[in-house]
Amino acid sequence: MVELSNQDSPQRHLLSVLVENKAGVLARVAGLFARRGFNIFSLAVAPTNDERFSRLTMVVDVESSPLSQIINQLDKLINVVEIFELSPAKAVQKELLLATIKTDAQNRGQVITHVGVFGGKVIDVGQDCLTVELVGEPESLDAFEQIISPFGIVNIQRTGTVALPKLS
Amino acid sequence: MRLTGAQALIKSLEHQGVEVIFGLPGGAILPVYDPIIDSSIRHILVRHEQGAGHMAEGYAQVTGKPGVAMVTSGPGATNIVTPLADAYMDSVPIVVISGQVPTSAIGTDAFQECDTTGITMGVTKHNWLVTNAQDIPQVIADAFYVAQSGRPGPVLVDIPKDVSNSFMEYYQPEPSDLPGYKPPKEPELEKVRQAIELILNSKRPVIYLGGGSLKSRATDLVYELATKTGIPVVTTLMARGAFPDSHPLCLGMPGMHGNYTAVTSMQKSDLLIALGARFDDRVTGKVSAFAPQAKVIHADIDAAEIGKVRKPDVALLGDLKATLKLLINELNYHSQGLPLDLSEWLETIRQWQQKYPLTYNRDARDVLKPQFVIETIGKLSPTDTIVVAGVGQHQMWTSQFWKFEKPYTWVNSGGLGTMGFAVPAAIGAKVGKPESMVWTIDGDGCFQMTAQELVTATSERIPIKVAILNNAYLGMVRQWQHMFYEERYSEVYLSPDLPDYVGWAESMGCVGFRVEHPEDVEPVVEKANEITDRPVVIDFRIDVMERVFPMVPAGASNDEIIIGPEGGF
Repeated sequence: MVELSNQDSPQRHLLSVLVENKAGVLARVAGLFARRGFNIFSLAVAPTNDERFSRLTMVVDVESSPLSQIINQLDKLINVVEIFELSPAKAVQKELLLATIKTDAQNRGQVITHVGVFGGKVIDVGQDCLTVELVGEPESLDAFEQIISPFGIVNIQRTGTVALPKLS
Repeated sequence: MRLTGAQALIKSLEHQGVEVIFGLPGGAILPVYDPIIDSSIRHILVRHEQGAGHMAEGYAQVTGKPGVAMVTSGPGATNIVTPLADAYMDSVPIVVISGQVPTSAIGTDAFQECDTTGITMGVTKHNWLVTNAQDIPQVIADAFYVAQSGRPGPVLVDIPKDVSNSFMEYYQPEPSDLPGYKPPKEPELEKVRQAIELILNSKRPVIYLGGGSLKSRATDLVYELATKTGIPVVTTLMARGAFPDSHPLCLGMPGMHGNYTAVTSMQKSDLLIALGARFDDRVTGKVSAFAPQAKVIHADIDAAEIGKVRKPDVALLGDLKATLKLLINELNYHSQGLPLDLSEWLETIRQWQQKYPLTYNRDARDVLKPQFVIETIGKLSPTDTIVVAGVGQHQMWTSQFWKFEKPYTWVNSGGLGTMGFAVPAAIGAKVGKPESMVWTIDGDGCFQMTAQELVTATSERIPIKVAILNNAYLGMVRQWQHMFYEERYSEVYLSPDLPDYVGWAESMGCVGFRVEHPEDVEPVVEKANEITDRPVVIDFRIDVMERVFPMVPAGASNDEIIIGPEGGF
């Protein structure tokens, strides 16, 4: 089943894809994108409350192929049960970021302040660096990344967006 | 009933009504070959697994039933990847059973191990790796359901050796209920009415008939739609025979080597009614210049085909048979306006047909023209003769010059363009329709790729007939080098005498003939048609430099169609 929102067509679209929880499903999805020349910007996948299914949240890039073609091809995979396009206005979106940031005695307070402003937490402390976690909308994580990059990012890992439709 | 996985597999295939398996045993599939001895299913032992796959395709193309092939793991499986890809492109329902190394050995680089499901993922509609013998009846039922329903296609079931050796309790499978697979049934009535509106208001409509009309077994309804409305029909390479060539509304094949009228009528049309066709690049030429004034009605069962190449004005998503029933039903409310008044359009079309007919030098006396060979075989064989081609010049000439009157009489490799397809596909077709005469029109290059399957044909008493149009070249490649590479011929010469095709045919238990002169074609074909107990191979020494015309150069607009050779035929 395919449900398409009628939003304008920006470059990136958020798809919520319910798939059967079977071996090789991710390979089928990834293989389809590779052989059709579709681009995945980010991808998050985990089981749902129903053990038969997993939910895959993907941000796809529609520069190379129109969204309808991506969705229709995806829908042809036998293990793909349902595809929703989530328009940003009608979805709650979250992403988790972990970052290890260089700090010294002088700027450590500054970094901690920035983390606090974005609602993040310091979760590990080293001699000359901090590891922080931040949960937020992807754009806010982008902004945070920009703010902290002058301090020096040792390591960063983002999970990719997960999303669900808004209730109202 | 307690059975081994292998016994359950064969029983499941019997339950699906399988009559024949094309295959070749090996280590990992050994357990499955034991219960075959006791089964009612006929097994045809091929000489190469590629042959098994194309035989299954040929069988499926003429019967409409899924063809079944069985191979072992590793090289057995990789050898059948080409037929799977071929069947995927042409939407042919085949079921391939492959053996796999024992589950405990998977991932260890065991002898004859390969990642069969991984390799075939991109060339099957779906595939399964069975990890529990208890699953076999249901997986087989699901595999046959997926292969045949919706847009048909190939599937593969990979069975590790320990799974086929272990015991299970046999059961009748449930009807398939796959949560992620619900093929569309019929389009909304509103869309059908919009389509009718476009049809009634069109001045230069063309039905663009694709292979989906055969897959959906909808050719009677296509005939009804065309004759009721009076709209002319082009039959794509995959749809030859779906509408009779002898009908005045039949314009024949469009595309790169289509005839002028078929190509140009699409170019100039104001409405294209695409029925089970996918706007392949070989049909459209340069897409941006394709049928520029045409509105498009696109009926297809695959949502991903609709709008993939050309955005339709009306999309009719559903089974073509159901779609046509709705269309015809709605048309009946407008019967006072039917057939449409298309006299001006049909007159234009007649003029094109008269001015630019498909032709060749029929007066040639010193050389053997391939088109003449094809026409003669067609003339001397029954109308329900099944003709099978490989890929290249001979395929295009056959599509052009064979008169197709009945559906399911034409088998070829369209989408993938698989050289070597013809001989094994013809064997499969003959097994599926033993009462029909089966003629293979092959090229010398193609023939050399899979000719060993004639050994299979002889030993299994499958009397197909093979016409090799021997021009001693990879002819289509040579034609492109002739026309687009300044006649710089690179690696296309094959030799007319090496191999000695007659000697080779005879060594494989076939009757072999050689024909070098036009006057010998008829008597030798007559002789061949009288032989019914073994395969026949005729080595036709055709005009080496003959090219396929018309031709739209690759990437060019269909308006730039080249009618014939410089200086005429």
